[in-house]
Amino acid sequence: MIRLVLLIALMFGAATALSAQERSSLWPEIPAATGAPHPEGNEYWRRNHMNLMRHDRDQTMRDGNREVEASLKGCFDCHAAADGEGTIVTYESDKHFCRSCHDFVAVKVDCFMCHRSTPEGVDETADEGADHAAILSPRQTLADIGDLVAYLKHSNRTLVVEAGQ
Amino acid sequence: MTGNNSTTRPKGAEFSRRDFLRSGAAVATATLAPGVTLIAFGGSQAQARADAGKRWGLLIDAGRCDPDCSACVTACSDENGWKDTGHPETDAQWIRKVTLKNKFTGHVSSAPVMCQHCEEPPCVDVCPTGASFKRVDGIVLVDKHTCIGCRYCMMACPFSARSFIHEPVNNQKTHAPRGQGTVESCTLCVHRVDNGGTPACVEACAATGNEAIIFGDLNDPTSDIAKRLAEYPTSSLRPDLALNPGVRYSNL
Ligand code: HEC
Ligand code: HEC
Ligand code: HEC
Repeated sequence: MIRLVLLIALMFGAATALSAQERSSLWPEIPAATGAPHPEGNEYWRRNHMNLMRHDRDQTMRDGNREVEASLKGCFDCHAAADGEGTIVTYESDKHFCRSCHDFVAVKVDCFMCHRSTPEGVDETADEGADHAAILSPRQTLADIGDLVAYLKHSNRTLVVEAGQ
Repeated sequence: MTGNNSTTRPKGAEFSRRDFLRSGAAVATATLAPGVTLIAFGGSQAQARADAGKRWGLLIDAGRCDPDCSACVTACSDENGWKDTGHPETDAQWIRKVTLKNKFTGHVSSAPVMCQHCEEPPCVDVCPTGASFKRVDGIVLVDKHTCIGCRYCMMACPFSARSFIHEPVNNQKTHAPRGQGTVESCTLCVHRVDNGGTPACVEACAATGNEAIIFGDLNDPTSDIAKRLAEYPTSSLRPDLALNPGVRYSNL
């Protein structure tokens, strides 16, 4: 945890310490945004986007207020990231806006199990391996079972399930 | 800001309005990009909001509902993005057509059944997390952010109106997020209602010319729906349960 905090501290500290050109190669590559920047500034949003969205999520769901600022669907009006070929990527890709920092700081969010990770109109079904949308990734589960079987075989144990236990 | 500050985050479960004001975010309305208007807190209150004075409801006239028509079902599916995944026993269904036949007279009538938006919703009573809730304007919803997929609400619902999502989902509608492991049901197209619109099923039914479903505020005596309820005999499904549903039927 301390290490993570240090890492984040470094990351944010670096923002003020260095100008863009001098950034360390460790700095995550955040895809460029379109539209007007946030009036509160990048630094504020980097640190508070999760709280802002949680607040506004409840405003929308519970109170029916649909003119909130931190709207998750709204993010992709300005933060749609594209791959090398200019195709807009889904959360499945590590080029996705939300993953650019999260992969770096080892944060994982489940938002895109339900929410679109692209602007309306982009065909997300083109992304065959939409594993992030599944509670258990089919590939991973199979691999896990394979590992378990291998382990049991290796240690020459048998799984005994006794009635009444 | 210094690196040290990055460890301080707003305390408490929620980021309060006061925190927001303190943060200097209390800017007024600003147009950010074509079609993107930003209204921050502290300034203007949004006009579109759940209103405690209202009670949204539907009146379904089975006498006008064509047994061979399923325009309302198709419209709901298109609007909210639920569809056939090849698992008919478990696929989500927010609205379905039900056909009733009187055994003695042979008279057949048909009507759509969806979440009945009860005043006393059993699904809300049983929910262990508070995810199943009723808005102040009578719309019963699942807050999927707090839904743990236990499905007690599905057991409690006398109308079998709720579905559980078994399969991973992608390519959702922007306004209707849905994903594996949570429960969902008719939202009365809350995203449209909040913007002054009518539910997709009502619009589609009107477009067929049948006009079997009307939508409106049951509390407003001048609304079309309240006038009709006052004028003609109507019933609700399972009146014995005294749930006072917001969805009413006539000529059933
Ligand atoms: C289990 C499904 C599910 C998951 C997971 C989920 N959401 Fe939602 N979210 C919804 C639904 C349903 C709505 C209601 C949409 C509406 O009424 O327009 C919603 C609405 C919202 C809204 C308000 C609508 C908007 O976009 O402006 C925000 C903000 C939001 N969610 C943020 C998040 C964030 C952040 C995460 C991840 C940490 C997340 N959600 C994860 C289902 C989900
Ligand atoms: C109207 C367009 C617009 C919208 C909508 C928008 N942003 Fe931004 N955002 C920007 C711009 C422009 C920047 C500045 C990018 C830069 O400096 O390169 C930015 C910067 C950020 C940053 C800091 C990035 C960095 O380089 O440090 C974060 C984090 C962020 N936005 C999150 C969000 C989230 C989360 C949402 C949705 C709740 C959102 N934004 C919605 C335009 C937008
Ligand atoms: C500029 C970098 C950056 C970008 C871009 C970014 N995040 Fe984050 N986000 C972070 C960091 C750093 C954390 C972890 C903070 C911490 O450790 O408390 C985080 C944490 C979160 C959390 C809380 C996770 C948890 O488990 O507590 C949510 C939710 C979240 N981000 C949502 C989003 C979404 C949605 C997007 C895309 C719209 C996004 N973020 C884009 C940097 C970013």
